[in-house]
Amino acid sequence: MEIKRRDFLKGLASGALLAVAPPALAGSPKKSRLPDALGILYDSTLCVGCQVCMVACKKANNMPDEHYGPQKIWDNPIDLSAKTLNIIKEYENGNGKYKDRKIDGYAFVKRQCMHCVDPSCVSACPASALTKDRKTGIVTYNKDACIGCRYCEIVCPFNIPKFQWEEPFPQIVKCQLCSHLLVKGEIAACCSECPTGASLFGPVKDLLKETGRRQKMTPGKQYDFPISSISSGKTQTHKAARYIPHVYGENEAGGTQVLYLAGMPFNRLGLPELPDRPYTALAENIQHMLYKGMILPIVALGGLIFLVKRTGEKEE
Amino acid sequence: MKKQNHFTLDEKLSDISRRDFMKFCGIMAVSMGLPIGVAPQIAAAITNPKRRPPVIWLHGQECTGCTESLLWTSHPSIANLILELISLDYHETLEVGAGHQAEAAFNNAVTENAGKFILVIEGSVPVKDGGIYCKIGGRPFTDIVKETAAKAAAIVAIGSCASWGGVQSSEPNPTGATGIPEFLKGTTVVTIPGCPPNAYNFLSTILHFLTFGKLPDLDEKGRPKFAYGRLIHENCERRPHFDAGRFAEEFGDEGHRKGYCLFKLGCKGPMTYANCPSILFNEVGSGAWPVGTGHPCFGCVEEGIGFTIPQFTQADVENVTPAAAHAPIRAERGAGVSKGSAALLGGIAGAAIGAGAVIAKRLGDADKGE
Repeated sequence: MEIKRRDFLKGLASGALLAVAPPALAGSPKKSRLPDALGILYDSTLCVGCQVCMVACKKANNMPDEHYGPQKIWDNPIDLSAKTLNIIKEYENGNGKYKDRKIDGYAFVKRQCMHCVDPSCVSACPASALTKDRKTGIVTYNKDACIGCRYCEIVCPFNIPKFQWEEPFPQIVKCQLCSHLLVKGEIAACCSECPTGASLFGPVKDLLKETGRRQKMTPGKQYDFPISSISSGKTQTHKAARYIPHVYGENEAGGTQVLYLAGMPFNRLGLPELPDRPYTALAENIQHMLYKGMILPIVALGGLIFLVKRTGEKEE
Repeated sequence: MKKQNHFTLDEKLSDISRRDFMKFCGIMAVSMGLPIGVAPQIAAAITNPKRRPPVIWLHGQECTGCTESLLWTSHPSIANLILELISLDYHETLEVGAGHQAEAAFNNAVTENAGKFILVIEGSVPVKDGGIYCKIGGRPFTDIVKETAAKAAAIVAIGSCASWGGVQSSEPNPTGATGIPEFLKGTTVVTIPGCPPNAYNFLSTILHFLTFGKLPDLDEKGRPKFAYGRLIHENCERRPHFDAGRFAEEFGDEGHRKGYCLFKLGCKGPMTYANCPSILFNEVGSGAWPVGTGHPCFGCVEEGIGFTIPQFTQADVENVTPAAAHAPIRAERGAGVSKGSAALLGGIAGAAIGAGAVIAKRLGDADKGE
């Protein structure tokens, strides 16, 4: 095969471009937590499964009841949906007798929007209908900007945003950390109602400190656990459980503002195993690299112009 | 009690009508979880004088609440029935004699019935400082219990004090108050904890012993399983409120008046095994037990809970059966892929591939034609 001098040089140039690309892909700048970020610490070992958070959530957000199966009397969703922003799910194994045990045990887990440090939904939304608050880091939704593409539904690693399929003018539905209550000086309804402090509201940096404290506790010994909000001053005494040495949400998908503690592996509780980088980092970096300084588009445009011109000359 | 003239004297047991007596036997059978058909057998056991065992009842460190609860129940003349049924040979509260006379009665009862009597102990044993904190007739209670227990056919510890130490065994436990099973280690002791225990639980245990000649099934703490086998939280009439997340926030608030769950007020129902919600107290109808009246359970029957964990400290919910209505971790919606839908999808995909191939071929042909 004969290689022209010109083609050889062209190949060299494109090779140089590719060589520049990998560091840009790998070195995704991980976004750091906002200093005043607000979040929830959910401690599965403290949860008693009373579902008061679900009741409070529906009341605070004016959500309708949801019925699963033949029973139409009380609210019993089986998953997050366009009618349910927050749900308590139950893990059960064997005879299901012992709390927080993998074998023959049971445990509860609360599912809701994780309010990621670097949210995929915000990145994927072409209309900026989903935005992350610059101060509190809460991911909120603006129905007037939404174009209904549902990219957010697909891109969310936690499967959180839900689409109102049954509505004539559908919206995306997800937990917004009771933003409408926060402006009134209240806290998220799920946390203010939780009897045991399993759902604890507060600034993420304080919640992270609290996770450190809990993981150092001696299992079986009595400790004071704050309830409602970390700064509420109210506490309840509970026996410390045997925590697994992992705070879910500390690093998952670049970190989340909803943190989890549990007595068993998180994948058993239905929380996905995720890498430490945000999901959209790769796509975002490729795009950002391609459009950086408009160099590559201009090069591509130049190439196209050249090709068109040459083809035109040949035909003549 | 309504006078019923059509009963003859023979059909009466002291001042109790036969009907009331059989009703009592029936209630006993049911409370032990036995079929109602056992009632005549129980009646026979009670009325047979030969099988009526002597009972010696000792009091240690206690408040006599257990005796009171037994005497003041509204069974038909329970005090009378007790005397008929168990030949109560020695009981300090009910003793007519006093001083040396009472001591003599006690010694007589123990010697005469050695190896045959049921020993009921009410109250804990103070073991500190040589047992000087509880003395009867100048003798430490420790010695009395040891000597009497050695001659007993069966030992029943009634009340939380006798079962595991009770209120006086709470920190710092100045007298070294000890429960009977701990004090008489190695001996089978039936415990009927409670402060006070439900009189039915005690009577049922005794009647079981009389009727079948053996003790009922006991758990590892010596408690009859029929009475202490189930968690209060699982049988509580307020449990639906717990499962629905409806709680009384404080005494007298709206939720409290509506009968919501008392978990937030420190109810120990999720940690306490007892039949209070099913058997109730004082036979005055529904709701006659602490939680029913709006007071959170104190966990009085459970060692390490009653008199140990403060009343308003929240209970640990450890071994509670979760509500059946909880969502599973992985929820499956719809019926998944059916054979029909798979075939249809496959057909559509196949048709699309075929059509694509045909179109491509025609395009090629068209190019050649040009």
